Amino acid sequence: MIKIEVNMELCQHYGQCVFEAPSLFSLNDADKLEYHAEADDSERDNVEAAVDVCPMQAIRIVE
Amino acid sequence: MADAGPVIIVGASMGGLRTAEALRRASYAGPVTVIGEEPHAPYNRPPLSKDVLSTGVSHEAVAFPARAATADVEWMLGAPVVSADLGARTVTTNDGREHPWRALVIATGLRSRRLDFPAITGRHCVRTLDDAMALRDELVPGARVVVVGAGFIGCEVAATARKLGCEVAIVAPGAEPLIRSLGAQLGAELRRRHEAHGVTFHLGRTVSAMLGEFEFGGLQLDNGEIVLGDVLVEAIGSECNREWLDATDLDLSDGVLADSALRAVSTDGTAHHDVFVVGDVARFPNLLFDEVPRRVEHWNIPTDTGKRAGAVLGAWLARDGSFGEVVARGFTPMPAFWSNQFEVSVQAYGLPALNDGDIRTLQGDLSGAVAIGYYRADHLVGVVGLGLKAELLPYRQEIAAHAAGGLT
Repeated sequence: MIKIEVNMELCQHYGQCVFEAPSLFSLNDADKLEYHAEADDSERDNVEAAVDVCPMQAIRIVE
Repeated sequence: MADAGPVIIVGASMGGLRTAEALRRASYAGPVTVIGEEPHAPYNRPPLSKDVLSTGVSHEAVAFPARAATADVEWMLGAPVVSADLGARTVTTNDGREHPWRALVIATGLRSRRLDFPAITGRHCVRTLDDAMALRDELVPGARVVVVGAGFIGCEVAATARKLGCEVAIVAPGAEPLIRSLGAQLGAELRRRHEAHGVTFHLGRTVSAMLGEFEFGGLQLDNGEIVLGDVLVEAIGSECNREWLDATDLDLSDGVLADSALRAVSTDGTAHHDVFVVGDVARFPNLLFDEVPRRVEHWNIPTDTGKRAGAVLGAWLARDGSFGEVVARGFTPMPAFWSNQFEVSVQAYGLPALNDGDIRTLQGDLSGAVAIGYYRADHLVGVVGLGLKAELLPYRQEIAAHAAGGLT
């Protein structure tokens, strides 16, 4: 299991993570980020891709 | 001896890091060495013209997290590479040591272009963490800061310095700030917002002389005007770090030419199967738009090119028959960038500069939040938003689906 943390102080809701891991990150009706705090190990590449594309570098994998 | 030595990545910033990670993701388990000029492990540069200047940030706060998969990568930091021999498969560091490689990744990026004046106290640029920390110490309330250049770095530094209580003047040759990236209309609007915060502009002007013998004292402009100052920030663009490749046969006419698999291309047009180019220094075709190789200095490009190069190189080294399939996947990264100046957030997707004069307001209006679309042959090739975020994502998708349309 992968634990995901998003620093919501940093997050600017740009939505780049949504393109990389759509099953884990989404923008709600108010265009605010929502995410799953846990992901299956098979999602690691997608979670890492979401971390990589975040312009605010607000997403962290808790190892 | 193709298997002798590690994969050597020259350049220890975001592009080099993402390449190393992608090699491991592609199941390459052999040795990887990253050799970089800077003393710091890879870190994120966008905060350098913003947070690092305004609040003071350590390397730890901007460093990219290390991943378990790349724990055995060897990092040689503070070690500039001075030359490469593609025939002998070596690079040489400035201590004279030769390093053999089985494959080479060129990720040396850019450096700030500087004004051609003597090196005196008070001259700054913002490219590295050390640059930003040196400038931060001088941005004290009341300091007179003269910024030369009105691109993104110049405008961001000006906004940050103003917020810190400095007196800020921008000198630039264009008619408006950011005119090359955003066009005159958005540039004028950003200028108005800067001016409302007390930044002064000297536009359409070049610098003819620098005042001060030992410490920076100001600039004389081409119309004779004097702009006095205590701190000079040179934000006049960048130059490619490619001199270490001068003795090779690579096409260095603008950065380092690569094919769409990011293999380095020689002046005779042939691609090296074991030499790759990533990041700001790479001039590559992006089939999202057309087949014209371009360098793209946007934040996401080192990551996208690093992943592509790592995947292709990993498949080539694996010799498991996957290489052709990996190359054929194609490479169509979506250029993206972000900027914050005062209360304005600027965000862009695609390549607005490819427009053929067809620029449309997509939603909103200039005085508030607005999205501007840039068209080529009636197809959206770029979008820039002020004060918009998620609202831009449908335009991003339109660019991804149709940007190359309309070309014959």
